[in-house]
Amino acid sequence: MSMTPSAHQTMLDQARWRWSESLFWLLSLAVLFVFPSKALLFSQIAIMGLFALSLDLILGYGGIVSLGHAAFFGLGAYAAGLMAKHGLGDPLLGLAVAACVAAIIGWLTSFLLLRGSDLTRLMVTLGIALMLFELANRMASITGGADGLQGMMVGPVLGLFSFDLFGKTAYLYALSVLFVLFLLARKIVHSTFGLSLRAVKGNALRAGAIGISASSRLVAIYTLSAAFAGIAGALSAQTTQLVSLDVLDFHRSADVMLVLVIGGVGWLYGGIIGAIMFTLMQDWLAGITPQYWEFWIGLVLVCLVLVGHDRIKIAIQSIGTRLSGKGGAA
Amino acid sequence: MSIALATHDLVKNFGGLRATDHVSLTVHTGARHALIGPNGAGKTTLINLLTGVLTPSQGSITLEGETITRLSQHARVRRGLVRTFQINQLFADMSPLQSLCLAVSERHQQGRDWWRVAGADKEHVDEAADILARFGLRDVMTQQTRFLPYGKQRLLEIALAIACKPRVLLLDEPAAGVPEEERHEIIDILADLPKDVTVVLIEHDMDLVFSFADRISVLVNGALLTEGGVDEIARDPQVRAVYLGESGHD
Repeated sequence: MSMTPSAHQTMLDQARWRWSESLFWLLSLAVLFVFPSKALLFSQIAIMGLFALSLDLILGYGGIVSLGHAAFFGLGAYAAGLMAKHGLGDPLLGLAVAACVAAIIGWLTSFLLLRGSDLTRLMVTLGIALMLFELANRMASITGGADGLQGMMVGPVLGLFSFDLFGKTAYLYALSVLFVLFLLARKIVHSTFGLSLRAVKGNALRAGAIGISASSRLVAIYTLSAAFAGIAGALSAQTTQLVSLDVLDFHRSADVMLVLVIGGVGWLYGGIIGAIMFTLMQDWLAGITPQYWEFWIGLVLVCLVLVGHDRIKIAIQSIGTRLSGKGGAA
Repeated sequence: MSIALATHDLVKNFGGLRATDHVSLTVHTGARHALIGPNGAGKTTLINLLTGVLTPSQGSITLEGETITRLSQHARVRRGLVRTFQINQLFADMSPLQSLCLAVSERHQQGRDWWRVAGADKEHVDEAADILARFGLRDVMTQQTRFLPYGKQRLLEIALAIACKPRVLLLDEPAAGVPEEERHEIIDILADLPKDVTVVLIEHDMDLVFSFADRISVLVNGALLTEGGVDEIARDPQVRAVYLGESGHD
């Protein structure tokens, strides 16, 4: 019999960094220099990717379905926006505060999600997002209501790199934050804690029977996911210098679910790849049929879910390369 | 002899149905205690009460003298009360190695470790690998559990409980669904369990019960009908009438 790797080695190998991952991140940096005019679009993608990554943490790893993840995106956006408006324009400080605010609300609301079916969870998350939306709407003196937050002054990143009109700083900033948080998420899902989450998602009954307290694990991952979403919201506020009620809107919760499903749930890269496909498709289709682009997004979604990821993967890859080719030339 | 697990006047009602009817059961340390009874006798309800899946309507449960009636499922596991399931409850998307590493890490209170990669503790992985070898699962340890043959899954079901280092092990029909020619694997595993581990066996298969148990309790309609040594129960006319006759065993 040939030498089989030891059990210990097998366990460690599961988390090994692959060369394709290095390639992915190098490419995501290189696109800025190949298509500098698209920097703003790319930073949008990075932010959407981070938002979808945060949803993947709870959906793909915790098994918690949410139709209200925009709640945390919006909280983070308003937190960073209000700070920038009131003279605290340091971007990283804004991210930190946004993460804390979102995490606190995430932690508090996580206890509502511990019991009940998927439907209950969908409704609870949806309800919380709706409430936050109306709160932001009512507190117009603070949030600017329907007109949006006016007068944000975002300082340079690290005191060195000012945001430029073309979005170069914005993209490098958003990509860096995405990369750091991706590494953190990757670390977590490959840890024993990450493994215990998979166990709870796969079979909560047995997880309890081997001594795992499912509730505390779900609270932890939901809180973390909320913080990630809050940071995505803050990035959006800082890079666009704009916060309106739109950040809490239902369509944002639905979009991020769509993005994650397009890219694939439960492997961290799914959110980012979904964000690339979704945003490029949106950009390209909106150019062709400004009013009806969502029709095509819907069609893609239905095909994807019905046909299944594995079978459509190859087809998607070829479409993806074609789209990014056209998107770049447009 | 010290008492490992005991119930005192335990009652569980589901609406109008009394699934557990004033059960006072005593299991001595190191015992091989079988719990038998016809279908619907309330065996599974009793195991769910013991492990904390259900809360009793009345009565109490003690584990090595400590009252555990209101403790959560995982708190009982930490105290050494571990079960297996009649229908496999496994982590289908994980490999046997991952499942066992997780169970071992949880026992060492490392389940919340979010920084180090799973399996970073070599001693924990080695412990998991030892159990895999003991259960003949070494060759399939990296396969996804969902693709394992049923017999292997059944072994993994028990292996997962063993990884929790039980002091009291509740086995819910461990040989259920296992074909005759693979049964010996399960029986050998059970025979090899350390003597200081208390085992409560719930089983339909009378051959397994009589070869394994040193004490038998008979449950009928949620209540304890009788309890005694193996020969005593085998001779008991009441048991023969209620249980053995009804279920078709001879």
